[in-house]
Amino acid sequence: KPKTKRAKRFLEKRDAKVIENTKNALLIKGGNTSETVTRALRDIYSLKKPNVVLYKKKNITRPFEDQTSMEFFSKKSDSSLFIFGSHNKKRPHNLIMGRMFDYHVLDMIELGIEKFNGLRDFKNSKSAEGSKPMLIFAGDLFELDNDHKRLKNLLIDFFRGPTVPNVRLGGLEIVLHFAAFGGKIFMRSYKVLLKKSGCRTPRIELEEMGPSFNFVLRRTHLASDDLYKKSLKQPKALKAKKKKNISQDVFGTTYGRIHMEKQDLGKLQTRKMKGLKRRKGEIKVVSDEAESSPKKAKEQ
Amino acid sequence: MAALIEDVLAEAERSGPGGLRSIHVEKPLELQFDLGNLTALDSNPLKPGSFRQDPEEFLRSLARDNTQLLVNAIWQLPSERQNEAIVAKLPQPTTRIPREKALPKTRPPTRWEEFAKLKGIQKKKKSNLAWDKEKKEWRRRWGYKRANDETKDWVIEVPETADPNEDQFAKRVTAKKERVAKNELSRLRNIARAQKSKVPGVGLAPTDQPSKVDLSKAIHVAKAATASVGKFQDKLPKEKEQRNAGKKRKFEPLIGDFSAERQKQLELLKIMSNKKPKLDLTRAVNRQLREDEQEEAAKRRKMHPKGRQGGKGHNQNRRKGQGRKPTTKQRGNRK
Repeated sequence: KPKTKRAKRFLEKRDAKVIENTKNALLIKGGNTSETVTRALRDIYSLKKPNVVLYKKKNITRPFEDQTSMEFFSKKSDSSLFIFGSHNKKRPHNLIMGRMFDYHVLDMIELGIEKFNGLRDFKNSKSAEGSKPMLIFAGDLFELDNDHKRLKNLLIDFFRGPTVPNVRLGGLEIVLHFAAFGGKIFMRSYKVLLKKSGCRTPRIELEEMGPSFNFVLRRTHLASDDLYKKSLKQPKALKAKKKKNISQDVFGTTYGRIHMEKQDLGKLQTRKMKGLKRRKGEIKVVSDEAESSPKKAKEQ
Repeated sequence: MAALIEDVLAEAERSGPGGLRSIHVEKPLELQFDLGNLTALDSNPLKPGSFRQDPEEFLRSLARDNTQLLVNAIWQLPSERQNEAIVAKLPQPTTRIPREKALPKTRPPTRWEEFAKLKGIQKKKKSNLAWDKEKKEWRRRWGYKRANDETKDWVIEVPETADPNEDQFAKRVTAKKERVAKNELSRLRNIARAQKSKVPGVGLAPTDQPSKVDLSKAIHVAKAATASVGKFQDKLPKEKEQRNAGKKRKFEPLIGDFSAERQKQLELLKIMSNKKPKLDLTRAVNRQLREDEQEEAAKRRKMHPKGRQGGKGHNQNRRKGQGRKPTTKQRGNRK
């Protein structure tokens, strides 16, 4: 229970909200890591800045067997995305990419690095920190195979950055290209150069700048269907409400529809005549002749 | 003339980058775009032959083509000028991505919020600072060292209707304490209503820090929740045995005094068949007394219009606990 305003603000930031914060990523090393893995983690850290935390110390855990330590770390650093890097003889240069729902593991996909070229290997200027990348997925596997579909979703989730309503047309600097082919995924990052073309849309030239990986898809631990569906549910407040009974005609005049209940027009109250008010003890005089005379007149 | 134009156009087409063909990309299958996320999916199968020949070059040209298509799509979006930069308005993202945390539980509106919605009262935003006339400076509106603090007045005019020996300073302080307590009560009631928590009949309402008495009562209740109603449960060394935890009501045994039971049943039938309602003397007398008091209070209020109003209305709430009937019922009887 927070005792200061600062603590209260801290807890409110981590609360469940209708519109959520940008997801944070957690980069963590396992019991034994190779140079490739550490360099890869550092490069991903610089790609994802500022929404990323890089743990420097080694943590001896096995995410596929025991998920509690990952969940604990994620809760402490308030990050729902994570990459766990490790290296052993059976699984060399291993990266486990995963995400959490409500601080419990949702999906985990294991990728092995077969070839890696870091940021330092490409000697050119890099893009600015924190720019929203464009993501391109090539290959029919991303549409046909279930594992690849989930991987695509995970990669979008991981790399997309904050959700913005507008984007500056000149600020589209970086593009990440993922090509899936025969169980392998080739990731390349390019810097986008907008060249003049004859028309408004520029011609694109690419210059490879960022980390480039040749991944091989290893184990997966995907969430069950109902848990995944539960995580996809959006709050009702976000659904746009349709305004009923309002229509517009061709000229732009707005029309509204009112639905009335059934009224007995004989019993409508028009004006109050105080003299005609019925009081207690009064006998209503009904003359039969007066009633029947209009009928007689008609008959005649 | 026409031939000249044709020549110029043909030359422009033939030229490489910078020519009109440069942004055009041919693909057997169209790409699927998710412009809200700046994402594109190319479902065209990759040609293994050209890939194996020169993988890097193949990937680079593929990336260039796909990026060109994506950029074309982004440039199609409506754009506007914002602070000397051209900005494109992105649509809502179409890829369904799982949320980070569970859905937030909507808090039910409090009693005031419902009333305000009904009446159409809008929340007015007040500034944090208020002008203190005496100190002639800006102070916070509420909290520590607030502006226009009533309890910190060093002189208070005694109103005419008040008793000269009454301590006006203490009166203000107690009034403030009552207001604070009332506010706290409403806050807790709103929370209870929001959680729809029922107070348990046996045992205790859950609290943050239960006292020693609460804990021992909880132990006793938990003990009795066994098949043998706690008779064979082991006792802790320092645990005290509860003495008056039995039932407070006593019922007649099932098979006992037959004549008494017969009497009771006949009396019950007599009461039910009675046409006239029973007269409860005590209740009638209490009611009459209450009415008399109300009339006197009304008379006094008319004599001194401003003095008593606030105090009277406030005190009525407090008298509820003392076994008297609530005032609203009385007003219904009077004509």
